[in-house]
Amino acid sequence: MRVHVIQAGILDTLQDMGRRGYGAWGINVGGAMDRFAAQAANALVGNEAGEAVIEMHFPAAQLLFDTDCLISVTGADFKPYIDDVPVNTWKPLLVRQGSSLVFRGRRWGCRCYMAVHRGFGAAPWLGSISTNLKIGAGGLTGRALKKGDIIPLLTGLPEVFRSRAEAGALPWSISWEDVYTADDRVFFTTGREWNWLSKASQQAFMEQAWRIDSRSDRMGYYLSGSPLMFDERRELLSSAVSFGTVQALPDGGMVVLMADHQTTGGYPRVAHIASAHIPKLAQLGAGDTLRFAILNLDDAEKMLLSQKARIERIVRSCLDKLQAYGQAHRS
Amino acid sequence: MTSPATPDSDHAIYALGDSAVTISLGEQIDPRTHAQIIAMRRWIDANRFDGLIDCITAYSSLTVLYDVSSVKTSIGQTSVHVYISKYLENAYRLGALQVTDAKGRLVTIPVCYADALAPDMEEVCRTTGLTREEVITLHTGRTYPVYMVGFLPGFAYLAQVDDRLVVSRKLRPRARVEAGSVGVAGVQTGIYPVVSPGGWQIIGRTPLTMFDVKVDPPVLLATGDEVQFCAIDHAAYQQLVHDRI
Repeated sequence: MRVHVIQAGILDTLQDMGRRGYGAWGINVGGAMDRFAAQAANALVGNEAGEAVIEMHFPAAQLLFDTDCLISVTGADFKPYIDDVPVNTWKPLLVRQGSSLVFRGRRWGCRCYMAVHRGFGAAPWLGSISTNLKIGAGGLTGRALKKGDIIPLLTGLPEVFRSRAEAGALPWSISWEDVYTADDRVFFTTGREWNWLSKASQQAFMEQAWRIDSRSDRMGYYLSGSPLMFDERRELLSSAVSFGTVQALPDGGMVVLMADHQTTGGYPRVAHIASAHIPKLAQLGAGDTLRFAILNLDDAEKMLLSQKARIERIVRSCLDKLQAYGQAHRS
Repeated sequence: MTSPATPDSDHAIYALGDSAVTISLGEQIDPRTHAQIIAMRRWIDANRFDGLIDCITAYSSLTVLYDVSSVKTSIGQTSVHVYISKYLENAYRLGALQVTDAKGRLVTIPVCYADALAPDMEEVCRTTGLTREEVITLHTGRTYPVYMVGFLPGFAYLAQVDDRLVVSRKLRPRARVEAGSVGVAGVQTGIYPVVSPGGWQIIGRTPLTMFDVKVDPPVLLATGDEVQFCAIDHAAYQQLVHDRI
């Protein structure tokens, strides 16, 4: 019961919700860039939301399943095909032994997630399977997937599906569009040094379109636009930073810290992306532009609480549907 | 031994986005602030709340990361960030009372200051006007508390070096600093645990493994430890590297 990597993509790694609780050792959290899509992928196959998934960029890996399994593909739409038949994203997919999954183009988004029922048989390090490329830990021996890799699966198909001959999508999906499209702006709360920015730069921050430049990766997104000007600027001692912290750089540019960010930093923190809007940001990539909109902390917190509650509901309803489907198809 | 309570008013508590809150005790590197940060950390370890994910200490600040829904479930109506801010206020008020003079664990770190392993020794000598021997004597002449671990896994920030050894970072950071490299920057000194780009002035290298994913714990140094550097020659360095493998 394994997944074979027939062809590697540019960056395919095992990720879960990250390695949490080791900041005091300087060990960063990491984990999936788009936590909503990763958790949804797990929900669709009946897993706990935080199970490990394969995060892929485009071009993505070509995978072969040597056993029947229940999988899902969420997040970016890279035109997935199973054995030359196009399949839907955000749906549970029944895959037969010997089938292969390929991605033929980039229709939307930057990162796609593949989950399998019960998850992958990788050894966790410090409580997480997330791949930390910098130190070569977690994931599949601490590195990105490459051609010839074999990823063990913990189980094959759930019992109730074993007699069902038809491969393909099961008849339900998750509604997800609004997470990415409900507002074309990315919400932020102000950072500790927001008031160091000149009034004009605060205005520009909120009104300008910012372009994600080519240096951007899982560690951070560099944004280019008109340089930020400061009314006040002092040296800061390093302190903790978080996923979504927007730091102002000495050259007037800024960087949004993403999943693989370091634990501490010393640049002025002008803003923090609302956590509920990080999935939206994670689906943007180099060359894309974005606009910010200011949000107060209470509202950011409410949005995050409501997104987390939504994921819990999705997990429960997917489990119910899987069970009901199994009941109905029991011969 | 416990110091008298010192309820300074020069602390600030602020949100670091919607899932973390920081308490800052200013912008200074000094042993007293460090002791207060450690005391607060200890208070938090003894008074954990549901939903606490991590607690990251730095030179003069402490940050708690939390899961907003777990905290919300246990507190009801209040805004989570308001609740966490009050919690950190308590950590400050009650934690600051527990400041002790106790020194941390002393870790001796052998360092070879030979040219081959100290690419910036010459520059440090030139800018400080010190001889190599004086640099070594000053660098090994005191113990340094580990003020924080961050930047890289296991990268310990040590301070403060002797005033005469204060140098600025390199104008152009190195693309590759070898693991074990010992650097100085401003009042700080530290050891690169893994290969990394870096801007500190490298004056030596330790044969010790500072970070190893296969070991529990993977880091050699933790916040609160005390570090004593001791000079070794190249032969001893090579022997220790050899013994390691």
